[in-house]
Amino acid sequence: MKIVILVKQVPEADKVAVDPETGTLIREGVDSILNPYCEYALDQAAKLKQEYPELNIEITAITMGPPQAKAVLYRCLELGADKGYLISDRKFAGSDVWATSTALKEGVVHIEPDFDLILAGKQAIDGDTAQVPAETAEQLGIPQITYGVDVKINGKRVEVKRETETGYQVLSVKMPALVTMSKGSNIRRVPSMQQVLDSRSKPIETFSADDINIDENKIGLKASPTQVDKIFAPPVKTGGEIVDGKDPKIAAQKLLDYLVENNFIKR
Amino acid sequence: MLEVDIEACTGCKVCERVCPFGAIVVVPETKKAKVLDNCTLCGACVSACNFEALSIERKAVSEEELAKFNKVFVWGEWEKKDGKIVIKNVALELLGKGKELADKLGESLAILLLGKDVEHLAQTLIHHGADIVYLCEHELLEEYSTDGYATVISSVIASEKPSVVLYGATPNGRDLAPRIAARLALGLTADCTGLDINENRQLLQTRPAFGGNIMASILSPYTRPQMSSVRPNVFPKPDPDENKTGEIKRVDVNLKPYSIRTKIIEEIVSKDEGINIEESKILVSVGRGIGNKENIKVIENLAKELDGTVSGSRALVDLGWIPHPLQVGQSGKTVAPTLYIAFGISGAIQHLVGMSSSDTIIAVNNDADAPIFKVADFGIIGNMHEIIPEFIKLLKEHKHKN
Repeated sequence: MKIVILVKQVPEADKVAVDPETGTLIREGVDSILNPYCEYALDQAAKLKQEYPELNIEITAITMGPPQAKAVLYRCLELGADKGYLISDRKFAGSDVWATSTALKEGVVHIEPDFDLILAGKQAIDGDTAQVPAETAEQLGIPQITYGVDVKINGKRVEVKRETETGYQVLSVKMPALVTMSKGSNIRRVPSMQQVLDSRSKPIETFSADDINIDENKIGLKASPTQVDKIFAPPVKTGGEIVDGKDPKIAAQKLLDYLVENNFIKR
Repeated sequence: MLEVDIEACTGCKVCERVCPFGAIVVVPETKKAKVLDNCTLCGACVSACNFEALSIERKAVSEEELAKFNKVFVWGEWEKKDGKIVIKNVALELLGKGKELADKLGESLAILLLGKDVEHLAQTLIHHGADIVYLCEHELLEEYSTDGYATVISSVIASEKPSVVLYGATPNGRDLAPRIAARLALGLTADCTGLDINENRQLLQTRPAFGGNIMASILSPYTRPQMSSVRPNVFPKPDPDENKTGEIKRVDVNLKPYSIRTKIIEEIVSKDEGINIEESKILVSVGRGIGNKENIKVIENLAKELDGTVSGSRALVDLGWIPHPLQVGQSGKTVAPTLYIAFGISGAIQHLVGMSSSDTIIAVNNDADAPIFKVADFGIIGNMHEIIPEFIKLLKEHKHKN
């Protein structure tokens, strides 16, 4: 069985900010990491490989990004992927969701055409759009299940426990299919020394747009229906009255007074 | 491709400073800007350059082509409550915003209503602003499915040619909208917090990026319809106008069982059934500061005394102390109660984007520097574990007196 993991390199989103005075981006000390949701998807794949040894699961990690995005493929290999592929080309610059999913689709078709299951994170922490996996599934013409927290293989079908607004639902779909993973019950793992050493012998390959025979008119800025008009800092908030709560009795009384004054509690 | 006009470039480094991605540098030797491989063509440097030394070639289409598309569409998502089908608030909120956009464009507002036996919702939708209800009823649309809903909506869009389509960014909305965008090769902007029409009659879509640290405005200049998703509670719900009339257009739906590839095996409603924190008026929210799982009981007790609902930060959901439907924030829900009380929540930006539009925010935290105080209307720097029991005692006394 072949599982493809779609992964993305992201900046640590918490640390990226706009200087409200100058409107410029502050990015000192911002590291690039494997998007946490992608990592959970990879964990799920590694778990399936352990749970179903009879299926001889092979895990292929694919990412699209600048040359330095290779770093996340090393992390994937350490955490259980068997092979890693980087799709990288200046021609992809400016790709929005649609153009990115087009490139990923062509990448998957070229690299692992007879895949059974694609796993991806539900969203990336820099863009937070949660749209690329679903658009990739559509372009591949395969069904999708989003917001999965647990995946089971049942013959030719995959069963996914999916988050809903009020709880969960269990969905079943015939493979090939794409599943996106929400944080759920998966745990971020630290690779063992042995895993790190083993990963050194695993292959990583880089493909350009030409290597995967992609139509240049379908990628990059020109093929992107959405374009960034401008980037700016969010409005700054200053906050209201702050009181010292060293004495819990006084603090509790002040809290009650505030709630009564503002009609949250009846007088 | 981002082009640098070497003659015009003065090496002033403004581009280097404004680039969100560190993708343009001024080479010390030549004192000229150089574009690196990780350039995303976002255009931040082009607008910042004072010497018109930077340019990006962008595709354009004729206005006549774009003018063929008119009408603002909203997806009318509904849910089942106590066995009854009711329209989701987010659909009404989008009708409110959609009306504003349609008025600016001089176009009509329409809602896409899919399901089985959902016609009874049509009047409410008209009262909330819809001029046209596209009623798509079919046996196979009884439950939401990616395939069924994407197919029907794509075909209505293709034949009716709207200029704008809005979706609620609910789990199903976020599952559905990208499917349609990919099928029709359209732009889709997720989780918009602002929507407006600019001077070129384009939909100006504002959304947070990098967890809310940055705002970006997005355009879809040369494709139609322009599509956006919006989280619940971002826009206000319009007041219904009982006198407003509208047209119901029934759409023929052709679906076959095999065209829906996913099957629902089981629905599991969490124990807090019926509670949707997106609709709660009072939320008592807790974060990591709660210390241990047992303390949740104290919070539940407090919420009960205040007629509120318990919610929490991602940390507590990850620990499994509260179920995910109660999670507030970027990876959870966006809430806007009349009162939000945050106990032991430091206020990471991802949390703040999910609750900062609450009417009144109260924060209790022992760290005076916690970012939550920046958005709080009233803050107490102190130990929640000492303050809460005292507060419950006082509250009970107060209620007793009155």
